[in-house]
Amino acid sequence: MTRPARVLILVVLVLAAPALAQLPATNVDDTQLYEVASYLRCVVCQNLSVADSPSEMALQMRGIVREHLAAGESPEQVIQYFVDKYGEWILLSPRRHGFNWLVWLAPAAAVAVGLTIFVVVVRRWTRRRAHATATPVPIDPAMRERIRREMDMESDR
Amino acid sequence: MRRPLRWLIPAAALPVLGLLAYGFRVNPHDIPTPLIDRPAALFALASYDGPPMNLEAHRGHVVVLNFWASWCHPACYEEAPVLERNWQAYRDRGVVVLGVDIQDKPEAGRQFINTFGLTFPNALDPVGKVSVDYGVYGVPETFFIDGKGRVRAKHVGAVTDAAFRREVEQLLAER
Repeated sequence: MTRPARVLILVVLVLAAPALAQLPATNVDDTQLYEVASYLRCVVCQNLSVADSPSEMALQMRGIVREHLAAGESPEQVIQYFVDKYGEWILLSPRRHGFNWLVWLAPAAAVAVGLTIFVVVVRRWTRRRAHATATPVPIDPAMRERIRREMDMESDR
Repeated sequence: MRRPLRWLIPAAALPVLGLLAYGFRVNPHDIPTPLIDRPAALFALASYDGPPMNLEAHRGHVVVLNFWASWCHPACYEEAPVLERNWQAYRDRGVVVLGVDIQDKPEAGRQFINTFGLTFPNALDPVGKVSVDYGVYGVPETFFIDGKGRVRAKHVGAVTDAAFRREVEQLLAER
């Protein structure tokens, strides 16, 4: 290959590099499509993701996800596109920021409080039972005499 | 059980009850749109009556963008005469009504238009791109777009004469 030809090829490659880098991916991996769609709420369903819903709306939304991924957008960009249109309501799981932390932490906090109460109550019951069996309750002598008398009366009948 | 602990269990239930009370007061269909005061997404669709329906072509007009479907009964059937009546009343004052038929069969959509004698432009959204661009989650939904091309209001459910006039008059007054 002559030197001018090599220089020409090099110039073409350098000039074409940005364009080649921006070429859209023609094939979209179904796994990636399913993963992105599983983050999105099917807007006409009850608690179903776009990935799982058989509705026509979900089918169209999957098509739009595929189109955006094929255009070279990252999964985060595709999800953000839907959030821009529908708000965070479109996400099946709320994002972990600000007030949303309450939704993530409240169940764990509720379980922790429940377990604490359970442990405290169980420990108190077991301790009381152990205490009751270890040390007999002292009976008042007057009460002891009364019980004896009443038992005697019962046996005399 | 000690006194503080005795109150702990009912006290712990209070936030849960508060959350439930709030949940019962909220309408689950009332989902706020993030599109208000943002530029309306541009689109161009092939309309049922031939010429392309292009939002950009109506810049400077108040646009009432209605999403409907022929299977949406009764709400879309209730509002179709309202839209036609108000389109006729306001078209000379620079108001445009555009209908976007979503998740529908073209024949069914065309029949719906003929049944109600709709004369404003209507188009099928064949892949759902326009409905997703507007965050539509059900039909009917109506967006009111000002002359600068910004979404100013959204109406969920059948549009009434009063709602149509209120939104449109407000946008006309701003021009």
